[in-house]
Amino acid sequence: MKRTYLLLTLTLILGLLAACAPQSASPSESPRVLTVMTHDSFAASEGLIAQFEAEHNVTVSFIRSGDTGSALNQAILSRENPLADVFYGVDNTFLTRALQAGIFESYSSPLLEVIPAEFIVDPQHYALPVDYGDVCINYDKAYFEEHDLAVPASLEELTQPEYAGLLVTENPATSSPGLAFLLATIANFGEEGYLDYWRDLADNGLVVVGDWETAYYTNFSGSSGQGPQPMVVSYGSSPAAEVYFAETPPDEAPTASIIGPNTCFRQIEFVGILNGTPNRDLAEAFVDFMLSVPFQEDIPLQMFVFPVNTEAALPKVFIDSVQVPDQPATLAIDVIDASRGDWIEAWMQTVLE
Amino acid sequence: MALKSQLGSLFKNPTWRAALFWLLPAAFLGYFFYQPLLALFELLISPEWGFDLSTLNWRRVWSPLEFTIGQASLSTLLTLIIGLPGAWLFAKFEFPGKQTLKMLTTLPFILPTVVVAAGFNALLGPRGWVNLGLMALFDLNAPPIQFLNTFGAILVAHVFYNTTIIIRVVSNAWTRQNIRLQHAAAVLGATPWQTFKEVTFPLLRPSILAATLLVFLFNFTSFGVVLMLGGPQFSTLEVEIYIQALHMLNLPLAAVLSILQLLCTLVITIGHNRLSGRRDRTLAPGSPEVGVRIPKRGLERLVVILLVVSLFALLVSPLAALAARSFVKLEADRGERGEIQRGLTLDYYRELGFNRRGSLFYVPPIAAAWNSLMFAGITILITLFLGLLVAYGLRQRTALNAILDPLLMLPLGASAITLGLGFIIVFNRPPFSNFRFPILLPIAHSLVALPFVVRTLGPALQSIPVSLRNAARVLGASPGRVWREIDLPLLAPAILVGGIFALTISLGEFGATTFLTRPEYPTLPVAIFRYISQPGALNYGQALAMSTILMTVSAAGILLIEHLHLPGKDLF
Repeated sequence: MKRTYLLLTLTLILGLLAACAPQSASPSESPRVLTVMTHDSFAASEGLIAQFEAEHNVTVSFIRSGDTGSALNQAILSRENPLADVFYGVDNTFLTRALQAGIFESYSSPLLEVIPAEFIVDPQHYALPVDYGDVCINYDKAYFEEHDLAVPASLEELTQPEYAGLLVTENPATSSPGLAFLLATIANFGEEGYLDYWRDLADNGLVVVGDWETAYYTNFSGSSGQGPQPMVVSYGSSPAAEVYFAETPPDEAPTASIIGPNTCFRQIEFVGILNGTPNRDLAEAFVDFMLSVPFQEDIPLQMFVFPVNTEAALPKVFIDSVQVPDQPATLAIDVIDASRGDWIEAWMQTVLE
Repeated sequence: MALKSQLGSLFKNPTWRAALFWLLPAAFLGYFFYQPLLALFELLISPEWGFDLSTLNWRRVWSPLEFTIGQASLSTLLTLIIGLPGAWLFAKFEFPGKQTLKMLTTLPFILPTVVVAAGFNALLGPRGWVNLGLMALFDLNAPPIQFLNTFGAILVAHVFYNTTIIIRVVSNAWTRQNIRLQHAAAVLGATPWQTFKEVTFPLLRPSILAATLLVFLFNFTSFGVVLMLGGPQFSTLEVEIYIQALHMLNLPLAAVLSILQLLCTLVITIGHNRLSGRRDRTLAPGSPEVGVRIPKRGLERLVVILLVVSLFALLVSPLAALAARSFVKLEADRGERGEIQRGLTLDYYRELGFNRRGSLFYVPPIAAAWNSLMFAGITILITLFLGLLVAYGLRQRTALNAILDPLLMLPLGASAITLGLGFIIVFNRPPFSNFRFPILLPIAHSLVALPFVVRTLGPALQSIPVSLRNAARVLGASPGRVWREIDLPLLAPAILVGGIFALTISLGEFGATTFLTRPEYPTLPVAIFRYISQPGALNYGQALAMSTILMTVSAAGILLIEHLHLPGKDLF
């Protein structure tokens, strides 16, 4: 009696495990596996990846490991025994940390030729640029029209009384666009001036929330959330997303970006071959693939950022709805890495306390 | 034969018997919990990682610690104030819709914080139903209720999340009480209040304390609620660990915070065990059905109605608001947005079935639901098996139990981030790296669920009188038969509750999941997060639709478990 129970349980468990195991399909020559580690925002077209897989007789397995910081931490902690062959998604605010930890192998891809020099931040080519995007203030067009209010053109104008209580931003300690906007103010006002500026912003009714989702969906009036603030720190590509993801696409984006000098901070994302990979040849092929025109043209509508390859054509919704700042704010990557902690700490004491 | 009798005598010594029961659970905890944590701390607390106590920013340690203790105490108190009357309601009264309400009050516990935040936003946010209604009613221009990003929001969300723990654990114990004791007290001339104070409450005390401990620990390690509903002014230890580890890349400080949080958990658990140290009385349990009745008299009926209404308002309305929002378009009718976009819609659900962008990471909702249920099923099997062993091990108070029990509770105090990073260091090698199936995922869920199962099974097992077992043995029943016919039926309700806790924890867990998930096996929370982290009205609507699916799947899971036909239900 007891034995029957035991047998039954065992069969159940085994059956369950068997059901979970992947179906083993073995073609004549089993393909090699290339593992790509990346963050949660990574997206790509299924067909494109399938094409790469067929061409190189390889199975590409993606490990999406949380947000950028989380993925990078995992790559650094596992550097003795890498989890993957390729790592994509480290940006210019974290790049120095990745380079210092030595997680990448250098690779001078021939495709670097078609990438503008401004994006090639690492001259040794341990990390290669893939895409870029600007963190900008989005505004609700209808609000400014209804209230007959001029859209602010610079960071300085945001402290004027007519914009009191109209801007929502994210805490730079918990949000990547929040940090990018803080960096833009540092690029514009310098290390000596940015805290005074933030004090003025706070006095002018600045609203700070923890994450982009809350800022955009709850507080911003131009999104589906219909919140109280008509200006939000978001991405330069968000207006295109409002059009592209609308149930019935409007003729024109309901929101736009403020693209004055230094109002936007430019984020660049990089790919690198993880140190110690046994699949160096495939890793190189995949990096080349990511920099090639087909993948680069897939980027905008999958991840809502711009391709770095100058030969890649942009989709129509991007051309219509995304404004690109002439003079985005930038800071050197080692300066960011050295001071990020101090800047955020000082910001929290100035704005939150 | 000699060996058998030797083993038999070993089994008679309480400490050795406890040790035997603990063998497997302790090995499980040691291998999957303590090993990765210690490996991570060993790595981070080294000068190589820039660890230096003298330059540590202690400000980022003490201020979160202070806030964590304060908010956890207040939240727990409020949860008890709502939960205990709720437990009384479910234990003592029969009313229409009781089973449904009980199931609905469990749902909050399952939901990932992203969804809970969206739910409260749909109810109380600037464009939530309440504010919209008030604005329309009084012709206001601005939303009158400021809820999000306040301390109050944290407290309300904690009550929303954890009330079910009190209700489930305490009402389960209350139902089991033998009504004859109260009757005896009444016959002997005790007033209802005296009966409650002298009979009912002392018997409930272990369950109340156990539930309070679980609620406090959950509040103590609260993360998503504080981050998403409290806003940037508030930071618990867990939030600070997240900030330092993932945004500042200051892993040594994150390690110090994790260790502090674990120490606090340990101290709280040991303190709790001291407090509940008095020997629990074992009394013949009564029939679950005897004490339950339909509320009579005007006053009693009024109280019951009030309780049902307030549980509904507090625990069910945010869920309802969320579900309603997934069926409704709420675009304001502004001129340049084309035609007015309001009204009922199924678009969000329909759209879930399409992979519009041909994305590699598109998740069909059925697949996500299936994966979630599969992980939950494995979690239930692991935790019930290990939980029963631990509950038997804990039956007698031995020195071994005093040490092992707090160590079992520690996973509740471990940050998902710390555990996730520890898993990466330790298990990123064969055999685990060879599995395509993320078996570590249900294992991580089991670590969190196990304390709940043990805390549910423990009091139930304690309350089984030895006399019943002895009687069975005297009548010639084998140990196996004693277990099947005495223990199992009496434990059945507690096993169900434990199973529900394991199910809900596994379905909603998101923290460790992000570290362990594999793209081939996305879960429902992962899919929800995927939609909500992209702009566009459609994505937002789809996230809410997916959340509603998660609620439905969870409700189905709970109902299924509650209707499992375990022996003992109709034994009396």
